[in-house]
Amino acid sequence: MREILGLPMDVSTHGPVIDNMIVIIHWLMLVLFVGWGIYFLYTLFRFRKKRNPKANPEGVKNHFSTYVEIGVAVFEGFLLVGLAIPVWSNVVTDFPSGKDVVNVRVVAEQFAWNIHYPGADGVFGRRDIHLVTSENPLGLDRTDPAAKDDITTINVLHLPINKPVLIQLSSKDVIHSFGIPLLRVKQDAIPGHNVPIKFIATTTSADISKQLDRVYRIAPGHIPVQLTNLSAKAEYVDKDGNSILAVGETITRDAIDAALSAGITEIRAGSDNPVEIACAQLCGLGHYRMRGAVTLETEAEFNAWLAEEASYLDY
Amino acid sequence: MGQKEKSAHVVTSAKKEHDKHESEHHELGFVRKYIFSQDHKVIGIQYGITSLLFLLFGFSLMMIMRWQLAYPGQEFPWKWLADFMGQANMPGGIMLPEFYNQLGAMHGTIMVFLGVVPLAVGAFGNYVVPLQIGTIDMAFPKLNMTSYWVYFLGGVTMLVSFAMPGGAANSGWTSYAPLSVIATTGQTVWLIGMVFLITSSLLGSINFIVTIIQLRVKGLTFMRLPFFVWAQFVTSFLLLLAFPPLEAAGVLQLMDRLAGTSFFLPSGLVVSGQPLAVSGGGSPLLWQHLFWFLAHPEVYVLILPAMGIVAEIIANNTRKPLWGYKSLVYSAIFLGFMSFIVWAHHMFLTGMGTTISTFFQTTTMIISIPSVIILTALLLSLWGGSIRFTTPMLFALAFLPMFAIGGLTGLPLGLAPPDIHLHDTYYVIGHFHYVVAPGTIFALFAGIYFWYPKVTGRKMNELLGKIHFWTSLVFINGVFMPMFIQGLAGVSRRLYDGGAQYAHAQGVLQWNEFMSTSAWLLGLAQIPFVINFFWSIRKGKKVEANHWDATTLDWACTTSPPLAHGNFKVVPEVHRGPYDYSHQGAQSDFLPQNQPGEA
Repeated sequence: MREILGLPMDVSTHGPVIDNMIVIIHWLMLVLFVGWGIYFLYTLFRFRKKRNPKANPEGVKNHFSTYVEIGVAVFEGFLLVGLAIPVWSNVVTDFPSGKDVVNVRVVAEQFAWNIHYPGADGVFGRRDIHLVTSENPLGLDRTDPAAKDDITTINVLHLPINKPVLIQLSSKDVIHSFGIPLLRVKQDAIPGHNVPIKFIATTTSADISKQLDRVYRIAPGHIPVQLTNLSAKAEYVDKDGNSILAVGETITRDAIDAALSAGITEIRAGSDNPVEIACAQLCGLGHYRMRGAVTLETEAEFNAWLAEEASYLDY
Repeated sequence: MGQKEKSAHVVTSAKKEHDKHESEHHELGFVRKYIFSQDHKVIGIQYGITSLLFLLFGFSLMMIMRWQLAYPGQEFPWKWLADFMGQANMPGGIMLPEFYNQLGAMHGTIMVFLGVVPLAVGAFGNYVVPLQIGTIDMAFPKLNMTSYWVYFLGGVTMLVSFAMPGGAANSGWTSYAPLSVIATTGQTVWLIGMVFLITSSLLGSINFIVTIIQLRVKGLTFMRLPFFVWAQFVTSFLLLLAFPPLEAAGVLQLMDRLAGTSFFLPSGLVVSGQPLAVSGGGSPLLWQHLFWFLAHPEVYVLILPAMGIVAEIIANNTRKPLWGYKSLVYSAIFLGFMSFIVWAHHMFLTGMGTTISTFFQTTTMIISIPSVIILTALLLSLWGGSIRFTTPMLFALAFLPMFAIGGLTGLPLGLAPPDIHLHDTYYVIGHFHYVVAPGTIFALFAGIYFWYPKVTGRKMNELLGKIHFWTSLVFINGVFMPMFIQGLAGVSRRLYDGGAQYAHAQGVLQWNEFMSTSAWLLGLAQIPFVINFFWSIRKGKKVEANHWDATTLDWACTTSPPLAHGNFKVVPEVHRGPYDYSHQGAQSDFLPQNQPGEA
């Protein structure tokens, strides 16, 4: 059922239980819909006027439908008490703290995600809305000692796997929604509110990328729409040995045409950034492009990245 | 006979008032008779025509949006239409994201507040309820007329908003603050339009409540009311009690925009790099609470009259009483009550803790039970019937599985953990459109085919009706079913390019073209209906007053009842329940409510 539903890959520790609920509920839907559907079609056939010219006003006498209704109610009760309430409680309470936790602030704005790491001291620096400029979208006060080592990025979120992550989410202007479909994370970013989000990622972006690569068939007049948004995952050359697409190269319409004329019929392609922050709440004209790239990596890679970012700071 | 005539004059003072008016109405001029009419049937028809035009308009906005979704950033194929929409919106025939957002916001607003509700309540309610309860008009005819014209003003206001600098409202039909507060002038006009529309609904709802309580004809006890009347009765309470908070909220947002207040604006906002010069201290969530306090009951405002129409048509076309009439009535009342305490299930992801989410998840699961009971009762009503597959019956039957899909897909959204993945994705769009489009709108089509002979004295063409039905059924599923696929893949709603930027959307993007094509074909599929609708006014087959051999009082009056309050030649008296079909030992297979005696 999970495959039929087409849920995206799931790379968080809390995600599978959410997926399971989605799957269970869709089984319930399917059983009810098919069950009632069979009854419905059979009834329409059996009691059509031609076959049954005189109606029987008594109708159904048995209590089968009542049992079905009670069954549905009991099942919903189980979903509610057995799954929904405890799972939700687990998602929104007991936020991690301590040295082992990766703390990040995310401040949404039209139309970007400002990412804020506290740096080596583990303390977020002071922010002031009057210091906001295009170079300093967070309004971070670099004169504050706690702010000196803070690392900020735009639309680039690096996180280590297998470590608890605690994100403090807020917004500068309007309501956005911080969604990472592959992590089963989604939370509205509301100005004036600071909402915590916790999760643990389980797979690096590189591994995810490998698993999500696909072979796309191409033919003249039949080019999958999505192909031009992906990058090549294998090397393609024409008859003379000239490169059409290198590994990791963004696929363009020209490259596809060149591949077609070289007689290539399939292209292995995938996304370089399979884990994305997708804004889920209408936030203005740029809502559709309010996309952030998440890089899930090993702790060593993450620390190396932090060190590199810190090296650009001039304190 | 004398007895009956006498009874007509004892009922209520309101009724006497109408009777007095009746004699004066003979001298009514064209304007008073057809334009500023106080007759519930004329007002019903006015509501019907206006709301159908708005439905078509709202649907057209979506058909334009679907071009951009199928072929993002490509030039619009019809140059004249792109030119008509203006260089500011579609420069060089390419739609701008600002315009896409306007179309989205106005599609939702128009379909809900100017299309479906006025058709379901204003048109069907106005025309049919007084007839079904055997009265000559609504309790307050002047209020009724005012209600229509205030609605009309609201509609004009919404249309005018497209001509504002920056265009129409573009913050979604939900108009979440602060986005809506900092939006272009169109939002101000939208709010003014909403105040008109809400006022109109309030005037209408109080009228329905008084009419149904006070003006039922002798013998028509509450438990003998047709289910359609019950549905309208509950709906009126929802409108009366749920709309005032939104009206207040609308005025507050208007103040935030025009008078510098900060009801919905927190402190410390920075817009486009500049601190926003407002006092702050308000709450964006307050708007959401006030909005959904209306907008969730609104869902039942959309669906209850549809259920009422479907119930009438199923009873009539199965030639048997509805199964579980009482449980239908109690479920509708319970549904109405519960609909006031589920609103925050639209807000699970606003940072809600365990306690509040437990309350709203629980109420949401509870509200699914009466919906299941109503659907079950309607399905079981088919068993043992002698089913006539007329056009209205086809639409009513299709309502059942279509509404079922809409209802069932509400389950994962009503529980908070699955909502993490599905919230604000196309899954939500698929879910509520199945409730409202192949659900409610199909029921409304059923109603149009069903009561058309009552209004015009002629029947709509069956062949055209069946073409309309089957093509609509196929294409409407083509529009909405793939939305579940996209939603499960995690594609956000309200994206100007349909998700083309996102890696996680790539596997399901190809559905956009399919859905858009289905939407355009669905548009074409309405042509037989439009032709049928107008052609049948003059050329349709003439039929008798009770063409469908129905039992309720609306069929006891003359064909196409005369305008100006004169519904019944003889004021009827009710002797039996609403659906006395196939009565054992009776000569015909239906016994009208006003037929005296056991059989």
